[in-house]
Amino acid sequence: MKIVVCVKQIQNPEIPSAQFRIDEQAKTLIPVSGLQPVLSPFDEQAVEAALRIRDSAGEDADVEIIIVTIASKASRAPIKAALALGADNAVLLSDSVFDGSGGYVTARNLAETIRTIGDVDLILAGRQAADGDAGVVGLGVAEILDIPAITFARDVQINDGVITVQRVLQDGIETVEADLPALVTISNELGKVRHASMRETMRAAKKPVEEWMPDDIGLDETQVGSSAMRYKLERLYVPVNDIECEFIGGDTPADIAATLAQHMREAKLI
Amino acid sequence: MTDNNNGVLVVVEVLESQPIDLGLEMLALARRLTDSMGGTVTAVAFGTGLESTGETLIAHGADQVLINDNSIFANFHAEAWLPDLSKMIAEVAPAIVLIGHSESGTDLAPRLAFRLDVDVATGCESIEIMNGRPHMTRSCFGGLAREVVTFTKTPALATVRSKSQQALPPMMERAGEIKHVDSILDENSMRTRVVNRETEKADGVKMESAKIVIGGGLGLGGPEGFKTLNEIAELVDGAVGASRAACDLDWCPRSYQIGLSGRTVAPELYIAVGISGASHHMAGCGNSKTIVSVNSDPNAEIFKSSRFGIVGNSQEIMPALAEEIRKLKA
Repeated sequence: MKIVVCVKQIQNPEIPSAQFRIDEQAKTLIPVSGLQPVLSPFDEQAVEAALRIRDSAGEDADVEIIIVTIASKASRAPIKAALALGADNAVLLSDSVFDGSGGYVTARNLAETIRTIGDVDLILAGRQAADGDAGVVGLGVAEILDIPAITFARDVQINDGVITVQRVLQDGIETVEADLPALVTISNELGKVRHASMRETMRAAKKPVEEWMPDDIGLDETQVGSSAMRYKLERLYVPVNDIECEFIGGDTPADIAATLAQHMREAKLI
Repeated sequence: MTDNNNGVLVVVEVLESQPIDLGLEMLALARRLTDSMGGTVTAVAFGTGLESTGETLIAHGADQVLINDNSIFANFHAEAWLPDLSKMIAEVAPAIVLIGHSESGTDLAPRLAFRLDVDVATGCESIEIMNGRPHMTRSCFGGLAREVVTFTKTPALATVRSKSQQALPPMMERAGEIKHVDSILDENSMRTRVVNRETEKADGVKMESAKIVIGGGLGLGGPEGFKTLNEIAELVDGAVGASRAACDLDWCPRSYQIGLSGRTVAPELYIAVGISGASHHMAGCGNSKTIVSVNSDPNAEIFKSSRFGIVGNSQEIMPALAEEIRKLKA
């Protein structure tokens, strides 16, 4: 079985808001020095979901996990991290023509990459990237490849070519099945991801990482990157926050609580 | 594709025969957009028991309502909706399509975008017409930034955040047309099968409509903290929510989660207890009228968004607050 996990490497989303800066002219995030790019957290959980499928398939099963990403040459650390977790190999669209393309074009590029890899049974992706927060690419890949897609998974099982997914609803859980090949987007409810073992980390350095160009996936330069974009980024900015916080003090918790309750009554909320 | 210009099409979700608030909020936005660019407002509703839905949607701003009343649509299922919705959009030819940024809408809109071969802006907070083109403002970077995007192809497809717009007061005398459409769905073509659906019955006041919402986070120290929050919520007819971190630790039901990948609330008062204020949480409560926060860390991010702040141990302050409210109510 061949599993492709689509991942995105992003600026560390845990960056404190005080250090978060936008270059409004260039309409980009200003990198914080010393902070390394990371795998988008939902994508890291998609890698974990793939590893769990391989674990439950047993030692003798032939499960290949391929990481696919659009990544600039600047940093390979997040890809190495995915390989160190246990993925087998990676395909990178690493030419600068692939950069800055947005969800629509990214989905097209990833779909063609997956078509070129061939015979892929399952595609996993995070529910959304933690920088754009759009949640478009995974579903887009499935639509382009014309395969079933199931979103917001917390559990993924495969039996005899049928995938069974528990998907998270606001007020419960829905169990959905589909025949493979299929695409599943993974939500945070999947739970904890494993740590890379020393053995896998050492092996990761030797795992194959291929770099592909538009030619390799049968696309010309007008079909990749910003030239193919369906949207225009008009503006990127940090919203102004003009709230002044008034601190409520007091000698005891009861004093503080009494003041707060009084405020609530004045606002006619009690 | 030629440039479509027939106004705005709004997909309104209906739950238990009632259009959800977000649907009505989007109708108000659609009204405002067509006022500035022309065209009509078309509302689309899928589901069962939609007898009175048409009138309600017209009263809230729709000129035309397309009703697809069919038992296949009783529960949301993206794959089932797509053929009918794509056909309706092709026939109406709107310039803009609005879908709620709900758990259903976020599942539906990206699929629809690729069927229509257009891009989509998810999680929009506002849409303005400038130079004749819709400019969509959406939150990104976990709520720390906003981006404004335009599209090169119509229809412009957007999912709209709950509570980012205000619904119009209903005018029962508004005129509009209601059309019933027959589904074109071929059920044999469905490739995803829903085999089970377990929902928890929400107890108490529904979070989205509560005037007071109390959110609990890691600072509560454990699941017991939520008991006090529920006690207070009951006293003030409020609802209890939580940060993602608290849900991930199973301190509370997952249905409590407020934030980017959870629910969106905008109550009169949001009390954030032991919540640091990570931007992905604020994305779900930032539009609250007043935020009061209780946190042991005086430098907690949450205070920057709060009107009132209390620095202290929530495990002492919240029981005391419950006591004070009981006294006031006695």
